[in-house]
Parts: sequence; C-alpha cells; structure tokens
Amino acid sequence: MIVVEDLRKSFGAARAVDGVSFSARDGQITALLGANGAGKTTTLRMLYTLMRPDAGRILVDGIDVQHDPLAVRRLLGVLPDARGLYRRLTARENIEYYAALQGLPPARARARTDELLQTLSMQDIAGRRTEGFSQGERLKTALARTLIHEPRNVLLDEPTNGLDVMSTRSLREFLRRLRAEGHCVLFSTHIMQEVAALCDHVVIIARGRVVAEGSPDALRERAGEASLEEAFIKLIGVAALGELS
Amino acid sequence: MSRSAAWIVFLKECRESLRDRRILINALLIGPLLGPLMFVIVLRLTVARQIEQATRPLPVAVAGAEQAPNLIAALEQQGLQLLAAPADLAGAVRSQQLDLALRIPPGYVDAWRAGRPAQVELFFDSSRQGVAAEVQRLEGMLQGYAQRNAALRLMARGLSPTLAVPILVAARDQATPQGRGALMFAMLPYFLVFTALIGGMWLAIDSTAGERERGSLEPLLINPVPRDRILLGKVLATALFGLASLTLGLLAFMVAGWFLPGDQIGLSFNLGPHVVAAILPLMLPLVLLIAVTEILVTAFAKSAREAQAHLALVQILPAITSVVLSFAPIKSALWMYVVPLLSQQLIILRLLRGEPIAALATTLSVVFTLAAVLLVFWAARRSYATERLAINS
Repeated sequence: MIVVEDLRKSFGAARAVDGVSFSARDGQITALLGANGAGKTTTLRMLYTLMRPDAGRILVDGIDVQHDPLAVRRLLGVLPDARGLYRRLTARENIEYYAALQGLPPARARARTDELLQTLSMQDIAGRRTEGFSQGERLKTALARTLIHEPRNVLLDEPTNGLDVMSTRSLREFLRRLRAEGHCVLFSTHIMQEVAALCDHVVIIARGRVVAEGSPDALRERAGEASLEEAFIKLIGVAALGELS
Repeated sequence: MSRSAAWIVFLKECRESLRDRRILINALLIGPLLGPLMFVIVLRLTVARQIEQATRPLPVAVAGAEQAPNLIAALEQQGLQLLAAPADLAGAVRSQQLDLALRIPPGYVDAWRAGRPAQVELFFDSSRQGVAAEVQRLEGMLQGYAQRNAALRLMARGLSPTLAVPILVAARDQATPQGRGALMFAMLPYFLVFTALIGGMWLAIDSTAGERERGSLEPLLINPVPRDRILLGKVLATALFGLASLTLGLLAFMVAGWFLPGDQIGLSFNLGPHVVAAILPLMLPLVLLIAVTEILVTAFAKSAREAQAHLALVQILPAITSVVLSFAPIKSALWMYVVPLLSQQLIILRLLRGEPIAALATTLSVVFTLAAVLLVFWAARRSYATERLAINS
C-alpha cells in the first residue's frame, strides 16, 4: 500500500511535481498515466527514495519514506527506467548480486532465484552472460532481480518501453499474477492500451499535477467519452484550460 | 547486513573485472610492464650509444690533409676516418651533406715551422642533433695532439712541460655506484605510482561512469544498502587491482634490473627482494589514496570516455612531483614526508640509493597518506549522497 500526499519537487524554477496526491492499494494495479515530461518519473523516483521531495509525504505500508528510506527500500521492488545489467555476469549472477544486497542468506537467495527463473521461464538463459541478451531477456532478468526479495510493493517505470508484442503480453500476464498474489503494483506509462488492459486504478498526471483519478470506466464516464484516449485528452485539456484562466 | 554490503560489492566488482579483457590487460600487463620495459629500452639505448660513440670511427672530410700528414696520422690513430673534401666545405655542411669538416689552410705549414699557432678550421652546424658530441670528440683529439706537441717543444728548449700546466683539474666524483644509478632511476617512483594508477583505472571507470552509462547505477542504488558501503566496495576493488598491478610492476622492475648493463656504465641498481618488501607496505596507503581518488574523479563522468579524460589529469600529478624531484633535487626536509605522493617518491629514491630511512619519515608518510585517504573518501561519500549521482540525464 502506497500513499502519496501533496508531493512537490522543483528543479530550479521548473516545478516538475507540483502537489501530487494519490494512493495505490494492495491487490490492485495502479497506473500513473501522463505525457512525457508530466512528472511521472520524478514522482516514482521520490517514491523509491532516489530523490528527496521538497514537500509532501510518502507512506509505504505505513512507513514514512523520509524517516526510514532503507526500510522502505526493503518493502519495494523497483524496475526503474534505467535497467542496465552487468554484461559480464550471467543472468543468475546478476540476480544473485541483488539477492545479496537485499540481505538474503545464500541458500535462500539460490532457492528464490530458481523460483523466479522458473516463473519467468528463463532457465535456459540463466547461465549465459547477459551481453547478447534480447530486450525481452533483459527485461526478464531485470524483473527477477527487482522481485528477488519478495517485495509487497512493485514499482515499474514505463515497463513496456522497447518491448515487442510477445514480451509485452507476457509482462502484462506477469503483472496480473502479482496482483492476484495480493501485491501493490504501481507503474507509469503513456500508453492507453496498457492502462485499459491492466489497470484497476488510474492516476492521470499533467504538468506535475493529478488532473483525474479513478477506474478506467469511471474516467471514461466522467469525460463523457467512449474511448480512454479521448477521455485522457479531454481531462488533460480541462486541466490545461484551468491553468490558463 | 550493511557491514557486509561493501564486501558483496567488492566481490562482484572483482569477479566482473576478472572477466574483462581490457581491465585485465591494463592491470596485469600494460601497467606492470610498461615502466620496466621503457626503462630497460631507454637505458640500453643510451648506454649503447655512449659506448659506441667513444669507439666508432669518426668520418671527417679534411681539406688540405696533405699539408699535415703527422696531424692526420695522429687523428687517424684515434678513430678519424678521412673523407675526400668537396670544393665548398662550408656549403656542404650547410646543406647537410657533411656533419663535420676540417680545413687545414695553406698557411698551416709555415706557421707550424715558425712555432706560431697554426690555425685549423672546423665546420659544423651546431643546430643539428648529435653533432655537438662529434665536434667535442674531434676537438678533444686536436687538443690532445696540440698538448703533446707543446710538451715536445718545451722539452726541446730545455724547459719542463709542466710549466705549461699551471693548474691541473682532477675530477673526483663522490657519487656511490647506487647514487649514480639512482640519478638515472629518478623516474622509477613515478613509474610505480603510474602502475598503481593504471591498474585500478579501468575498474574505477567501469564501476562508476560505466555503471551510469549502462543504466545499472540507478537500480543498484535502490537496494537497501547505504551508499557509502557501495562506495567502499568499489574503492577496495579498485585498490586491489592497483595493488596487483604495483606488485607485478615491482617484480618486473626487479627482473628488468638483471637485463641492465649495470657493469658497463658503472652503476648498480638496488632493487632486490628486500627493497621490494620495503616498498610495498610503504605504497599501500598511496594505492588506497589513488583508488579513492579515481572513484571520486570518475563518479560524475557521464561516460567512460569522459571519465578517462578526467583521470588523465590525475595522472599528470605524480609526473609533476617526479620531474620536480629529478631536475631540482631539493634537500629533503621533514615537511616533504607529510605530503602524500612526494613522501613515497622520496623514500623510494632513498631506498634505491641504499640510504637509511628514518622511522619517523616512514611513519609520517603512512599516517598522513591515510589521513588523505579518509579526507578524499569523505568527499567521495558526500558526492555519492547527492541526488544527481544516479540520474542519467
């Protein structure tokens, strides 16, 4: 469970995040939907403790991110936009490095790695160096290390970026599975189909602010549009007009 | 948990680096071998040249040689090789057809017989490389001939030849054989520092700027591990590779010592096992200082290329202190042992010269270098705590 209250962050004069509040519940997939530069990545970075907010509060399973960032990091599994692997290590070694950094005892790390290799059906590439991996294989490895410590909350920054259709489908499948297991899944995206196909809850962000929040159906209804894309444009447009006046 | 995090990072950096050909070649081959190899080659070349210059024939075009057969015969005995002279001697030297030419003018015979100074003319171009040594050698031959004849003339008049030698300069070089060697080996401490720098360089670049470039730094920093532990692991891995490089480099220098023509140039090179054993612990704090500096300097480089450019500046620093030490050999003062880099270079030089080292000097060097390590680590820690560190854009 993630609760964000009135989050703010500026870079110089630019207000990247300007009063964002929302919550993401356990057993749900929540999307941060917004155009490029809307403030999604900055919001996520503050969530996963890489950046300090100028103001506002973030609670992860009840723990304040600013009070105990290390404890929060243990509760989070994060797939950032940058998801580079170590090319000269095998997929298994990449995953086990994170297991060790998460403090898993070696036996537990090995068992958990095996489990993830099977879940993500990547046993055949586990012993290979990641140097020549395809985008899909890289994503699987990055996902496995993200989830190695069985985090309750999973954050993903534009997870389908650069993936082909098949990889995207299996990723969606995987996220549904996490939801079914009761995880709190929060991801950022600018792709409507993804939101429509996956999400229980949508938070639309424009210019660093939340302009609308609700289930995909509720948002369509509110905007009076049949397609989510039209609803999105309309909702953002209203916000933009509001800013002008 | 966080105590062992540095160890986890250290192990991973080492494992990954051991699989990287570029890192290995630099740490285990180029770093350790470049210095000793350059050393042996340069020394052998200079020594071979000195020996060759003293014995090889000196070709000189001589105009008017038939007027002074005795002079020519005496010169030929010392290695002069008589060449036929062209009509325009000065022109031939100017156009670089000849290095050196001697003209015996028509008045030579008359002057010689009358006991007046008989002039000979030497043509050369002093702006040309290597000519100075030849001119000096020919002048030496001519002077020798002149002095012998001066002595003969004095004796023929019943005077002692010593009358013409009011002052006799006797050169007494007080350099010990090691001392003379150490002068030539003044650059050796630099090579050692350089070796440690090269050994850790690529690991430092790869584990900082490289991580950022490949996008693995941001996910790494999201792990529940304090950043200074990650920093410590990377510094220790860099230091280990620097140390490996330095150790191999020292052994290579030891082996290189056997291939130096020490007996021919009359210098001995005091780099036996016991000196190596003394140098290694002395250099250990410096290796740490180099490692932490390399990590600090590369921390914010956006790419490996940029990091390399930053490190090039770091590499200049030990070169400067070495050059200062070898060209302006200041009397060693206590304060010098307080300055990291300078203190190690000074002590190594003294060790090579076979001079005793005061315990205070070593203690000062170690203590102050370790203090510098802490200082730079503190600076690196501060820079690692900034938000900017992990962000690519």
